[in-house]
Amino acid sequence: MKCIIIGGNIKVLGRAVHSLSRIGDELYLEPTENGVWGNRRGWELWGPQCPPLSDTHPVCPQLSLRSINSSRSAFASFLFAPLFFQRYEAGGPELFRCKVLMKSFLGVFRSLPSLEKTVEKCLILLKAQLSRLVVQLHCKYGVTKTHNLTFQECERLQAVFDTQQCASRLQAPAQLLAEAVVHFPPALAEVTLRVDAGGKISLRNYVDEGEPTKMMVTELCLAKEEFEAVAAVPDSHITFCLREFRGLLSFAEASHLPLSIYYDAPGRPVIFTLDDAVLEVNLVLATLSDPESSSQHPTSNGVSHIPAPPDDFADDLEAYMIAMETSAYEESSRDPPTPSFPLRTPQPPPSDPNEEDEEEEGGAVPGTPPHKKFRSLFFGSVLTPGGPNPAPVQEVLAEDSDGEY
Amino acid sequence: MRFRAKIVDLACLNHFSRVVNTIAKLAKTCTLRLTVSKLYFILSDKVLNGGVGMWCELNQGNFFDEFQMEGVSAEHNEIYLELMPENLSRALKTAHNAKAVKMKLTNKHCPCLRVAVELPSLSSSSRIVTHDIPVGVIPRRLWNDFREPSVPDFDVSIYLPALKIMKSVVERMRNLSNYVVIEANLSGEMNLKVETDLVCVTTHFKDLGNPSWALEDGCQSSQDRDPESMAEARIDIRKLQQLLAGQQVNPTKALCNIVSKRVVHLILLHEDVSLQYFIPALT
Repeated sequence: MKCIIIGGNIKVLGRAVHSLSRIGDELYLEPTENGVWGNRRGWELWGPQCPPLSDTHPVCPQLSLRSINSSRSAFASFLFAPLFFQRYEAGGPELFRCKVLMKSFLGVFRSLPSLEKTVEKCLILLKAQLSRLVVQLHCKYGVTKTHNLTFQECERLQAVFDTQQCASRLQAPAQLLAEAVVHFPPALAEVTLRVDAGGKISLRNYVDEGEPTKMMVTELCLAKEEFEAVAAVPDSHITFCLREFRGLLSFAEASHLPLSIYYDAPGRPVIFTLDDAVLEVNLVLATLSDPESSSQHPTSNGVSHIPAPPDDFADDLEAYMIAMETSAYEESSRDPPTPSFPLRTPQPPPSDPNEEDEEEEGGAVPGTPPHKKFRSLFFGSVLTPGGPNPAPVQEVLAEDSDGEY
Repeated sequence: MRFRAKIVDLACLNHFSRVVNTIAKLAKTCTLRLTVSKLYFILSDKVLNGGVGMWCELNQGNFFDEFQMEGVSAEHNEIYLELMPENLSRALKTAHNAKAVKMKLTNKHCPCLRVAVELPSLSSSSRIVTHDIPVGVIPRRLWNDFREPSVPDFDVSIYLPALKIMKSVVERMRNLSNYVVIEANLSGEMNLKVETDLVCVTTHFKDLGNPSWALEDGCQSSQDRDPESMAEARIDIRKLQQLLAGQQVNPTKALCNIVSKRVVHLILLHEDVSLQYFIPALT
């Protein structure tokens, strides 16, 4: 993969990396040869039969940068269209995914002001044969800074979500949300977004009901008119972690893009999106489930996430498994990953030997609210493993693979 | 027991915020005493607080546009609340362009001081942020713990040097030791001394001036004392540093009373706020 970024987009890339650095410790880079660029309204559930591409969905290569936090409760992805780059070559029939240490990658883009002032061209080069990911900054006065980063080959990191399945949607200028969030202390963990019966929207810091409230409670009410779009279920609410959201918010503010919030029932993930002609950003956060609905297990959430035509999955189950068994990367040739994040139901069992390091299910998690009732999202690796037969109990509900496309 | 107050003027709001920020740096938890005309932030010098005492007094009229207080009873028309000033500081932090800030004592699930900040917004209705700060109501029988401390029978009283300079000196000295010796005499000289095994550092301040205190019987404070003789006290440097770090505006008057080997009493006076801070001497 080789791409060149020039001008103002270098800073955008830098900001994207900063945003991702608030999420996880590793940055996943995934160049793709074929993809479908479409806005989220056009997303559909992709079964094994890939719908025919229409004119409104041009096929194009793209680069995606992703990250996930250690407790699997936050996932972010930045998808860059070819127009974002001065030049973009996905490279070769064998597409190569890798992950790098966030710290290393961020180090290249650490100082945003200096990126803006001195860097004229940024080149990113990734080749299977090379042992390093090369990020080269061509700066003013003939200075060239070359960073050779070690990387690890990895599986595809893909979150399971679908904005179309969300009952509620809000859209607001990032500025509004930034102004709202500033009233909450930086160290605060969770905040509840609520749309009441009258359509009033409020943000409130979440306090564990069990303990006697010695904590200060802050509540901010926003008028409906301040939002660009409000299509929310009356009397609905969702509680999520503020920390990862702030990272996206600072990116959104700088890019002046409106932010969309999709949410459903408590416990189901909340999805924040930003859309642009050349950029698509998604942030998926786990949410707190209501105590009343605690009977909903992760599995049941997973069940509800089973793609609409489960039969298709069943039919091709074996095909997937074969694909998985043969090679971790072979699928990439069969898979035109799409920006429409298709639903899957990975539930990787912790003890799976096929899993790579990053898939380890940390039980005790330092990340965002480990001790609460947050459901960790099922960011299974695409290679949700399993034996030849899908093990019924704690194994994956439906095998997961990109091969279906 | 009722309390309602409102600040509309931005300058007053910022001033009040600054006072609260200073208090927040000095104490994690303190007592807020409300009377008809004044507010007090009090830290009683219990062992729990490291023997440090604080007394901060504000005239409510200089800050609030509206102020209604009904105490626990007609006879004792005051309210004593225990709270964390950090919470109040945080609530006021993002209010610098507010249209109005209202404070109210409420008791929905538990006693709270509700701070409602009305912010300007693009839409027709203002944006309102409410902060419910949990407070503890201090019963009447404990009010005696929070009486105003009397000015100690000091050996030397001296004006402090420019706080900014004193702050940077103390900050540097902090790196050397946890203890600092403050000594001063009636000739306007003050020294700050740090002694460790390896090094001894002293900063000398001169020509500071000594305030004259009128004693109750009308006489001037005793001049029997040798003007060159230093009264000294060894105190925890962190307490001094906390006080200096919290100062955002230069006080109109800043002075220090030293009771040799007993206590250092610092007084910072602004136009409408007075702050007294007592740091016990350590052996």
